[in-house]
Amino acid sequence: MPGFDFSNYNRNAALHARGVPLPKATSTGTTIVGCIFDGGVVIAADTRATSGPIVADKNCEKLHYIAPQIWCAGAGTAADTEFTTALISSQLELHSLSTGRKPRVVTCMTLLKQHLFRYQGHIGAYLVVAGVDPTGTHLFTVHAHGSTDKLPYVTMGSGSLAAMSVFETQWKTHLTRDDAVKLCSEAIQAGIFNDLGSGSNVDVAVITADKTTLMRGYVKPNERSAKLKSYAFEKGTTAVLNEKIIRKQDLGNYVSVHELSTTEEGDKMEVDT
Amino acid sequence: MEFGNSGSLSEDGIHLDMDRLKKGEVNLGTSIMAVTFKDGVILGADSRTTTGAYIANRVTDKLTQVHDTIWCCRSGSAADTQAVADIVQYQLGLFHMMNGKLPTTQTAAAIFQEVCYANKDRLSAGLIIAGWDERHGGQVYSIPLGGSLHKQSYAIGGSGSTYIYGYCDANWKEGMEEADAVNFVKESLKEAIRWDGSSGGVIRMVVLTAKGADRHLYLPDTDYKVRHQ
Repeated sequence: MPGFDFSNYNRNAALHARGVPLPKATSTGTTIVGCIFDGGVVIAADTRATSGPIVADKNCEKLHYIAPQIWCAGAGTAADTEFTTALISSQLELHSLSTGRKPRVVTCMTLLKQHLFRYQGHIGAYLVVAGVDPTGTHLFTVHAHGSTDKLPYVTMGSGSLAAMSVFETQWKTHLTRDDAVKLCSEAIQAGIFNDLGSGSNVDVAVITADKTTLMRGYVKPNERSAKLKSYAFEKGTTAVLNEKIIRKQDLGNYVSVHELSTTEEGDKMEVDT
Repeated sequence: MEFGNSGSLSEDGIHLDMDRLKKGEVNLGTSIMAVTFKDGVILGADSRTTTGAYIANRVTDKLTQVHDTIWCCRSGSAADTQAVADIVQYQLGLFHMMNGKLPTTQTAAAIFQEVCYANKDRLSAGLIIAGWDERHGGQVYSIPLGGSLHKQSYAIGGSGSTYIYGYCDANWKEGMEEADAVNFVKESLKEAIRWDGSSGGVIRMVVLTAKGADRHLYLPDTDYKVRHQ
């Protein structure tokens, strides 16, 4: 049977009550925002993914595709936002095909809230749903427990307080497209700079009646610059106390050797120079 | 999901969580009420929803339509009350189509009770159902946490209601004019908002009469004096 297996839930709960800590999931300690303007809607997100105190990904994607004119920004458990949006995107595509109509944002929101409510908050997906459909422009938030809100501007994630302070001081009615993009970008940057869970770049998506524009890395305020000097140790820094040379052909005397065919190199890991 | 640290291990090793609301759940720490008057019924609510100490929405609409002239006030968990209201809205829509006549407020209240009582262990939902129908005029029903159903001439609910039991009891009059009833609701909610930290924002009202539903909005900027919208 497809779906979630909760057979370990009671065991984990009992272990937890005896003082065993629960494993950590990769969560997007995040800043995500959305804002309606005259003629469409903007959503934006930071690009930091964290696992406890570790930055798991410096440039992850938190803007998820649902339908051509409906997009989602996700906060909470990374895997849950990824899979719930993919699942609902699939359901909405089939629904659209069977009805012969364009998908609506309310339909998407209802599918999401009913799915999340069924799992009583165990699916840790906190979403900003935005889009334009034949009934107009819409912007919603969906919480993991299945509650929804409809507002002209929204923020979610650990950086939502910083982002909301920007909206509450700068938002006004009848924004232009460019003003809305600027406002959302500034709200995300407030999260990037003031919230430990958020960081790196700003991703923005603009949805209007005729097209959707995804601007990956719209602002990059945290680019790595070249260091003023090299911190690599000079050769000979460590004293050589003794030396013993074992040639490659003699290695078989010490360990068992198997020759492997070398394949093409993978991506280089990012390291300090 | 992480667990709260209020849990305890019972004898059979099953984890018991005493928290009614799950961690991080959106709460409607609320002031809601509904009152009958001469020509119908009025629902009223504040507009604050919270997650812990954070106000997740300061302009929430806690007055939810489930049929043409049947509405409800929601308090408790936002997710639970929205889910219950959606189910009842569907059931009443189906009722209307199957029977070809409008559902009464009593019917709506009975469906609400059915859902709330059958799932009482899993829900934190305090609801007030108010509606107008041709046969009975304006009616108010209250469904508190356990899933019981009470017909009342007026009902108050939510965390803020505790502060206004005295005020409402002292000022309530049966069969008021519409303007007086609107004033009664507004002044009661003003007092609830003043004393309850979990209530605040704007005051929303819905007036249900033979003429249909009429929305009111009062902002704190004007001390709730001017009617907007």
